[in-house]
Amino acid sequence: MATTVSMTVNGKTVSGSVEPRTLLVQFLRETLGLTGTHVGCDTSQCGACVVHVDGNSVKSCTMLAVQAEGAQVTTIEGLAKGDELHPMQAAFREHHGLQCGFCTPGMVMSAVDLAHKVKNPSEDQIRHWLEGNLCRCTGYHNIVKAIKAGATAMQGGK
Amino acid sequence: MSDGGIGASVRRKEDARFLTGRGTYTDDINRPGQLYAYILRSPHAHAEIGSVDTSKAKKAPGVVAVFTGTDIAADNVGGLPCGWGVKSKDGSPMIEPPHPVLAQGRVRHVGDPVAAVIAETREQAKDAAEQIAIAYKTLPAVIEATDAIKSGKPQIWDAAKGNVCFDWHIGDPAAVDAAFKKAAHVTKIDIVNNRLVPNAMEPRSAIGEYDRGTGEHTLYTTSQNPHVIRLLMGAFVLHLPEHKLRVVAPDVGGGFGSKIYHYAEEALVTWASAKVGKPIKWTADRSESFISDAQGRDHVTHAELALDKDGKFLGLRVSTVANLGAYLSTFAPAIPTYLYATLLAGTYTTPVIYCEVKAVFTNTVPVDAYRGAGRPEATYVVERIVEMAAHEMKIDPTELRRRNFIPKDAYPYQTPVALQYDSGDYFSTLDMATKAADYAGFAKRREDSAKHGKLRGIGIATYIEACGIAPSAVAGALGARAGLYECAEVRVHPTGSVTVFTGTHSHGQGHETTFAQVIADKLGVPVENVDVVHGDTSKIPFGMGTYGSRSIAVGGSALIKAIDKIVTKGKKIAAHLLEASEADIEFKDGKFTVVGTDKSKAFGEIAFAAYVPHNYPIETVEPGLDETAFYDPKNFTFPSGAHIAEVEVDKETGTVQLMKFTAADDFGRIINPLVVEGQVHGGLVQGIGQALYENAVYDGSSGQLVTGSYMDYCMPRADNLPNFSVGTHTTLCTHNPLGVKGCGEAGAIGAPAAVMNAVVNALAPLGIKDLAMPATPERVWRALQGQKAAH
Repeated sequence: MATTVSMTVNGKTVSGSVEPRTLLVQFLRETLGLTGTHVGCDTSQCGACVVHVDGNSVKSCTMLAVQAEGAQVTTIEGLAKGDELHPMQAAFREHHGLQCGFCTPGMVMSAVDLAHKVKNPSEDQIRHWLEGNLCRCTGYHNIVKAIKAGATAMQGGK
Repeated sequence: MSDGGIGASVRRKEDARFLTGRGTYTDDINRPGQLYAYILRSPHAHAEIGSVDTSKAKKAPGVVAVFTGTDIAADNVGGLPCGWGVKSKDGSPMIEPPHPVLAQGRVRHVGDPVAAVIAETREQAKDAAEQIAIAYKTLPAVIEATDAIKSGKPQIWDAAKGNVCFDWHIGDPAAVDAAFKKAAHVTKIDIVNNRLVPNAMEPRSAIGEYDRGTGEHTLYTTSQNPHVIRLLMGAFVLHLPEHKLRVVAPDVGGGFGSKIYHYAEEALVTWASAKVGKPIKWTADRSESFISDAQGRDHVTHAELALDKDGKFLGLRVSTVANLGAYLSTFAPAIPTYLYATLLAGTYTTPVIYCEVKAVFTNTVPVDAYRGAGRPEATYVVERIVEMAAHEMKIDPTELRRRNFIPKDAYPYQTPVALQYDSGDYFSTLDMATKAADYAGFAKRREDSAKHGKLRGIGIATYIEACGIAPSAVAGALGARAGLYECAEVRVHPTGSVTVFTGTHSHGQGHETTFAQVIADKLGVPVENVDVVHGDTSKIPFGMGTYGSRSIAVGGSALIKAIDKIVTKGKKIAAHLLEASEADIEFKDGKFTVVGTDKSKAFGEIAFAAYVPHNYPIETVEPGLDETAFYDPKNFTFPSGAHIAEVEVDKETGTVQLMKFTAADDFGRIINPLVVEGQVHGGLVQGIGQALYENAVYDGSSGQLVTGSYMDYCMPRADNLPNFSVGTHTTLCTHNPLGVKGCGEAGAIGAPAAVMNAVVNALAPLGIKDLAMPATPERVWRALQGQKAAH
């Protein structure tokens, strides 16, 4: 039973035909070809699929595409302004907060949401916030550093 | 050299695409007309396959084909080959059972692939698979290796009596017996090295495609070594010649060993795509990864260490039962033998060592290399028994280690277990670590913890690893069925930019940056003008891939050889242009100069002349500037180091909190310190995960993997961990051109023993002398209550 869903993704209005069981992440990856959002598990634990829905970080594997009807969705592809990296992306690069890159889009989207919600988060707050994002490469050390620096940069500081 | 040369913390070139969602992982690729495969897997650990009825599934919406083991056999598809043969004590070869792409007649572990459904969508394939009816006749299963070798247990392979694949040994048992007779003290330990699930964040994926026009097959796959997959799949499974088989491993989301091996799904999509005439994609669900990716470790060991009255090690005797799972994975036999027992000398002068290893089939997922691969297991044995001996003999653990370290002036050092270490300095790394960890101030911190009711412990591990595998002749003599050299091509373009083609593969390690730094350093070409290409058999001449911390040690050495050829040719061209003798040309800082003059030509000018050879020594020098080199290593490399963990244990709940972790490592020359630190951090957390959180638990009777998802298998999370203190002390590798040793696995090798030594140290005041990994709250709490852990 296909149904049509419409939403705004990275500032553009999009629509597509989906099954009721189609997950938001499948709609993003398969219908829209936005493959920056990744799928790393099937139990909503890993966070590789985190996107923003109406300004909040959401695991896009945990939401049906039809639930995002009319929503404003931002994916990793929509974060940078042209060729200029978002301050959080730049901080991940500067502090080597990524290795294989697979968890990175979810990490960055999650981190941006934290920085929106908590000004200058402490290391403890960052580590606690990341309990829904798994990384197997970095040991989190440099991710935590990157998020601290990125959050500061988002405040306009350096 | 250029600014971004060797030793600079250059920010990674590859990050731009990963940070903006423009990486290309296998599942991101879609080919025109692509179909999807779903693999139906065995729900039983051990069963006979009776009738298989696929008729309903074949008629389900969107289904194009359904294949079973019968179809595979009828088409003469071969089994998955094993790449390493080991001989038993009596000289007989290991038992090497068949490993069909789809099970034939019997299934041997939960997750064993039984049928493949090919359909227009993933969902249709999955839905249709539910309509396949298989009459299984279940058989009793055996899960633990120590159980499988007992009499009267289920037999997994007819040829493997008592489920033993091989019964191997190394060392001189009589000399070890003699050493024990002289001992003033003997320490004994029983160890379980817990089974782990690698869990690279990107699940495995494969796309097969066949071009009827050219007869060429293409496989896109999540692999650490595409040329190895081409060789194994082409030669042994699908019988396709290399020139008609292209294997592409694009961006790969972590491997840690689990993506070395040739897996059934790769052969299946390649074979089936030719059958149905359309590209076919398969991507694992995480639950599928848990029961189909090769797993790691799973040793049960008894070890005994003989010491004299001063604590000098006289001999080490080790007996290990290693679980191989139901089938032989690609490099499985090498892991509990040549990558394990040969490391049992560790950092010490133990004069005689004997180790025997029984490798055993069970009804579990196959076991193979996982980050460290044999070396963490060896380090865990050595460093736990040394720590226990220190405790028993009331000698400070750092002091006991120092008394037995290989002296700084003893290199090259021949161990009693085959390896010859070329360089190292274990005293300095231990000094560095103890200072950085404030080892001297621990007693005060222990008192402070006690004031708020916590037990504090500190634990040390020193380690040696053998990396940069390996001289091909040595590997061949030990049973490897492949060479282990590496290949690099340096293509200098007409305007002086460079493309490097490497047979190693980066799946997080950052080769695109570090290999470019080597070019920048040696040819003076800025990092931004160098691209590094890997992961495509149609682009790279050849390669053995990335594992065993070999990329810079072996691949980097091949790169240096190719660079040397470029410079040699460049000198000939420069000599012609500068009207000087070739012997008078020196190359430095990106310029070819006539020695003792200011006459020079920039590297770019030489490149241009090579491609526009108007004024050129065309009679003796070919146009173009593109060189390929193969490098076969002269020895293993031997990274080493000292790790110190500090933990606090909550007496009420049994929870272990890692408070501090300090690492001091010797990786030889370092190309990019930022990248090296990142590699150490990641390795440490995999080691800490093994010690405190991770454990693959199978139900003993049903053979179900109880920890089959992230709900049950405890992956380390950011809030479990502290920041790390990492540092390096360098002794150069003496036998490769860069003096490099490799850094990828160190963290996972040293950390488990350091953490467990700290946990046991914390519990020691209560009379607890040993505890099995992982030190979960339940286990620690039970130990505190004087009870035995349930698992």
